[in-house]
Amino acid sequence: MSPMQNSYLTQSGTRRGLLAWVLSTDHKRIGLLYLVSVLSFYTVGVLLGLLMRLELLTPGKTIVQASTYNAFFTLHGVIMIFLFVIPAIPAIFGNFFLPILIGAKDVAFPRLNLLSWYFYIGGAILVVTALFAGGGPPDTGWTFYVPYSLRSGTNVSLAVFAAFILGFSSILTGLNFVTTIHRMRAPGMRWMKMPLFVWSLYATAWVQILATPIVGITLLLVILERLFGVGLFDPAKGGDPILFEHLFWIYSHPAVYIMILPAMGIITEIIPVFARRTIFGYKAIAYSSIAIAALGSLVWGHHMFVSGQSYTANVIFSLLTFLVAIPSAIKVFNWVATLYKGAIDTAPPFLFALAFIFLFSIGGLTGLIQGALSVNVYVHDTYFVVGHFHYVMFGGTGFAFFGGLHYWFPKMFGRMYSKGRATVALLILFVGFNMLYFSMFLLGLQGMPRRYYDYLPEFHTGHVVATVGSWVLVAGLILMFANLLHALRKGEKAEDNPWGGKTLEWRIASPPPPENFEEVPVITSGAYDYGAR
Amino acid sequence: MFPDAASTFASPVDGAFLFITAICVFMLALITFLMVFFTIKYRRTRHPESENIEGNLLLEIVWTVIPTILVTAMFYYGWIGYREMVNVPEDAITVQATGRMWSWLFEYENGRKSDTLHVPVNRPVWIKLVSVDVLHSFYVPAFRIKKDVVPGVDNSLWFQPDEIGSYDIFCAEYCGTGHSAMLSKVDVMPEKDFQAWLEGAGAPAPLSGKELLKAKGCRGCHSLNGPSLVGPSFRGIFGRREKVMTGGREQEVVIDEAYLRRSMLEPAADVVVGFPPIMPSQKGVLSEEELVAIIEYLKTL
Ligand SMILES: [Cu+2]
Ligand SMILES: [Cu+2]
Repeated sequence: MSPMQNSYLTQSGTRRGLLAWVLSTDHKRIGLLYLVSVLSFYTVGVLLGLLMRLELLTPGKTIVQASTYNAFFTLHGVIMIFLFVIPAIPAIFGNFFLPILIGAKDVAFPRLNLLSWYFYIGGAILVVTALFAGGGPPDTGWTFYVPYSLRSGTNVSLAVFAAFILGFSSILTGLNFVTTIHRMRAPGMRWMKMPLFVWSLYATAWVQILATPIVGITLLLVILERLFGVGLFDPAKGGDPILFEHLFWIYSHPAVYIMILPAMGIITEIIPVFARRTIFGYKAIAYSSIAIAALGSLVWGHHMFVSGQSYTANVIFSLLTFLVAIPSAIKVFNWVATLYKGAIDTAPPFLFALAFIFLFSIGGLTGLIQGALSVNVYVHDTYFVVGHFHYVMFGGTGFAFFGGLHYWFPKMFGRMYSKGRATVALLILFVGFNMLYFSMFLLGLQGMPRRYYDYLPEFHTGHVVATVGSWVLVAGLILMFANLLHALRKGEKAEDNPWGGKTLEWRIASPPPPENFEEVPVITSGAYDYGAR
Repeated sequence: MFPDAASTFASPVDGAFLFITAICVFMLALITFLMVFFTIKYRRTRHPESENIEGNLLLEIVWTVIPTILVTAMFYYGWIGYREMVNVPEDAITVQATGRMWSWLFEYENGRKSDTLHVPVNRPVWIKLVSVDVLHSFYVPAFRIKKDVVPGVDNSLWFQPDEIGSYDIFCAEYCGTGHSAMLSKVDVMPEKDFQAWLEGAGAPAPLSGKELLKAKGCRGCHSLNGPSLVGPSFRGIFGRREKVMTGGREQEVVIDEAYLRRSMLEPAADVVVGFPPIMPSQKGVLSEEELVAIIEYLKTL
């Protein structure tokens, strides 16, 4: 089949070795740069999470002091959110596949694309520096709430500046994608013919462009306040801590959709391919992405129901929060309907998609529970919330990312992994995941507050189950990545179209040639036209 | 699953929770069942020829409209329960709760102060929330209430306990190293006992130095047995030589009564080298008798 000679992996340019990668403007190489760097930081985030769970195995001190534990959860949050969940799918799979999926040779601004990776690495280096420099690792939580973040003697300014830089990486990626989708589609690739992953990236890109600058400015203001005491947020100087919460969540809630929309996009690609039939409700899925991005920008106040925000604001934010659930529900129903009368192949990417639907549904439905005002007063800032967002961010985005990795792996590297081992890894992951995070719902309902180093004896059982779950989960992760790493070197050669997909990436060689297409493709059929075979 | 229910808010909160959860469980079961059922029924080995159904407008409308009705009902249930939490009854007893890193202090209108909250059963209580430093959050799971304690902002909450007993108070908003040690108790007492307590009868003997260290949250940062936590350990503190930073200059001091007193009232004045200058002042928190009791106790360690 595809000769390995002329692929983007082996192409010979003017530069050699590592330089041929870190100076490449090829969207596929940049995608791989992101893959390696994002997964490295993911590993660090997972290790921090494991250490947190280990500390919580017993009440009181298990392995570290309170201040160290507080640094653990801060860095776990910062790394997982800014270095893993936000960039993972757009920066890796978006970069790699967006141009191919619309029949283009590259993104609109290849150099800007490389620059965004350097911003990412620059931000990441700052995060790592914040760990070791002078004041010690930041201990504010990833939310950097004032006034504590103004008083803490730890490296808060550095960590905040890192998040600021990472924001630029995200904005540039978004800009690039919007322009690429508008300007670079192949002839015949009308909007309603685009693969739905592209639609989801499009909606995401707008949120990245519009919302990220707000958090950028907010974080700069925190630095100004720390250095010069300008008195914007510090109540001691007449500032308003609630203002910070508003500014922070105006970005950070939409950021949740930056994290979940591309994940939904991947699931929408996987399901029709393995059901070998057309997607059910193409337009409903495409428009619901836009609806989520738009409505999702108006619900940030649901993080502040007990902050002292006005009664009227609370009522409005609660109502809007319930409404934003509807487009997500529409997607889930359309995915399930796509299985109806399909010809289903239960290969690993498909099983990851099923796991995603189940876990994401739990995440979304528990979001409804917290959206109700009276219940929110009870569960806000408890483990219930921690369970909820791990179901959405890890069970949702994480599992979709793994699903995408297994779906596109043969295309990206031209080799196939062991499907049996991948399935076993998924099962272990699934069991560990639910042990770890479902216990958190129960702990939260019992009244266990979050960000607690120590806890009362009645919470012990829940914490033990969660910690054991974290070990099972990590065992699954290790098996999954070991299987893929093994396949990189020893895997069988993959076919050009191992799953029988209809989107454009499956029409080119595995791994893709440097320029993607020998000639510009002309699109005559939809992305999911399994009828016209 | 829930902890004790001891206030009038428990039933609307738990009711709304159960209503929403019941719908959610049903939805999840439906989605999961269909997903698994279709996957088994239409697996490729059994059902090799798929049908390309592109969509169905009626279905799209149905599964948009029904969820909209359901979530509106959920919103409504949450809202009516919450409405009660906002309207403070006129006859409520007022208590001021002050949060500081990392302890609570409750003050009654007659001047009575206490580290634990005491309230009469079946009477509304209005808690005014004051923070002297960073964000905290006043949380009593058994009462199903919570509100952030924000410096410079007049937050408050109310509740009406309906079960006699002792319940946990947590700080629910992260506030630094001692966050998880910022605990207290609320004692719900019969009306008569409460009045007696409020008048000072049956007031417990003043706390010993050892008890004070615990009640005021000192031990979140200072160990009694040697290891350094956020601050230096109390073991052997009296008479110890310590390098301290005084106004940006390093000097060596011998820890005596005057130093201990100053460290509690003006903690930023001489900070032991190697530790962050984060200790909150105890001015107005500790009475003169309590200061003396603590210093006397520290001498024995
Ligand atoms: Cu949110
Ligand atoms: Cu706290």
